[in-house]
Amino acid sequence: MHLTQEEESILEGDSGPTLKKAMEILTTLGDIYGADSLIPVKSAQIAGVSYKTIGDAGLEWISDLEGTVVVPSILNPAGMDLERWQEMGVDAEFASKQASIIEAYRRLGVRCECTCTPYYIDKELAAFGDHLAWSESSAISYANSVIGARTNREGGPSALSAALIGKTANYGYHLDENRIPTIGFEVDCKLTGADYGALGCLAGAEAGSGVPMFRLRSKPYDTELKALGAAMAASGAVALYHVEGVTPESGHQEFPDETIIIERRQIDDVFDEGCGKECGNEPDLVALGCPHYSASELEEAARLLEDHTPAKEVWICTSRRVRDANPGLVRRIEDSGAKVFVDTCMVVSPATDRFGCVLTDSGKAFKYVPNLCGVGARIAHINECLAGEDSD
Amino acid sequence: MHTLTNAWQERIAIRTLKGRPISRGQAEGEALVTNQSISFLGSIDPDTGVVVEKGHELEGKDVTGKVLVFPSGKGSTVGSYVMYQLKKNGTAPAAVINRSAEPIVAVGAIISDIPMVDSTEPDAIDTIRTGDRVRVDGTRGAVDIL
Repeated sequence: MHLTQEEESILEGDSGPTLKKAMEILTTLGDIYGADSLIPVKSAQIAGVSYKTIGDAGLEWISDLEGTVVVPSILNPAGMDLERWQEMGVDAEFASKQASIIEAYRRLGVRCECTCTPYYIDKELAAFGDHLAWSESSAISYANSVIGARTNREGGPSALSAALIGKTANYGYHLDENRIPTIGFEVDCKLTGADYGALGCLAGAEAGSGVPMFRLRSKPYDTELKALGAAMAASGAVALYHVEGVTPESGHQEFPDETIIIERRQIDDVFDEGCGKECGNEPDLVALGCPHYSASELEEAARLLEDHTPAKEVWICTSRRVRDANPGLVRRIEDSGAKVFVDTCMVVSPATDRFGCVLTDSGKAFKYVPNLCGVGARIAHINECLAGEDSD
Repeated sequence: MHTLTNAWQERIAIRTLKGRPISRGQAEGEALVTNQSISFLGSIDPDTGVVVEKGHELEGKDVTGKVLVFPSGKGSTVGSYVMYQLKKNGTAPAAVINRSAEPIVAVGAIISDIPMVDSTEPDAIDTIRTGDRVRVDGTRGAVDIL
């Protein structure tokens, strides 16, 4: 890989041990994947935040680093609402460890906003054609596919390295040739809401780490694209997809010869599937907001919760910024007894583990909750998730 | 019989394996070789350095101070941090040799100052035996069997 003089000198340790390590990580990954050089990134989104996932090992590593990030950098969801963790049922020891992790990132100049939807809180983080170093799988998929920015699936340490150096290695999805669709999906029915998450569960498993291109009968909202991409990143390793006539790069791409047809019946089967674990439990927690809800999704939840109390405990996860910008919607939701939690989600929080089965509108949560929380999961449309006792 | 002798002679003859530098630095130790991939998260106890994955070829073996030779990493990306914790606990391998490096172990080795080399010629797993004394140079990408 070609390095500039400045990059060489950082690699030799002239800028201190933290930057030396960061440069080693970037150049080694570049060598492994055949990159020709490093390229500047517009922003970094750093995974490895929840104490539940990184544990003491991760906390130690981040705490030992020194320096300051040089591009706007933001965090993935943490293991709890940083303020209302007690209400979630998180214990004090976990909360203290979680606070230490956040503090360690803050010391490095990272913006301690914990969200998988950074594109809702700051448009400056990613625009069409920007190179990024993001690491949350659904955010990567949204940035690549819906925004038309360019990022690989960075790990926590490589995203943080990119944030400290301001660059990442030029390979994979940064290059045009790797953004060409490899497999087509033709959906022969109209879709709405959680259908997109269900479609993502099916398509991701088929596509693996390929680049799917969709031909749809309905025009999806951006929130539905978010759900589609998130589910494909969970059931497969999809980091980029195109939707004919919808996503920004689709006009330059040809529909692949290898095409799979998806029928209504297959989508319906996902809803009927149950948790795959045969947990035997009726859902006792409704968890929405995976990925974090947008203002429009909060609005729909508020509308559906009007005039009734939901039959089950309801958590709606969003970013702190979106919550704070929509106090009226949050009040309407919480007046019903549902709770709006921020900074976290049902997948990365230990608070989910005490339930028997989670009902969600998210294909991603449906795929991850059984494995990461040891809890059953079912997927349903949002109106079913938020139904009251009478409407069951 | 003839082939066996040849293979044995070849093994004796090879003293240096040329590979690709992954993580800088030099270290020496006794080799611990497996044909199975390793996930650092869940497979190795960070307090003791002992492989705890049920059914793994190395189950019950201690990686502390060893030159760990295995095909590739697998599993959770948290594995990188676990390598760092092993290092801090004094239970890390002295060096790592992979057939083909992937990001979890490569990043783990770099942040933990564990020298690492991959893609050696001839193949490290076929050439190095558990118990061999081995020196790894992660800066040059070379492995010497002593």
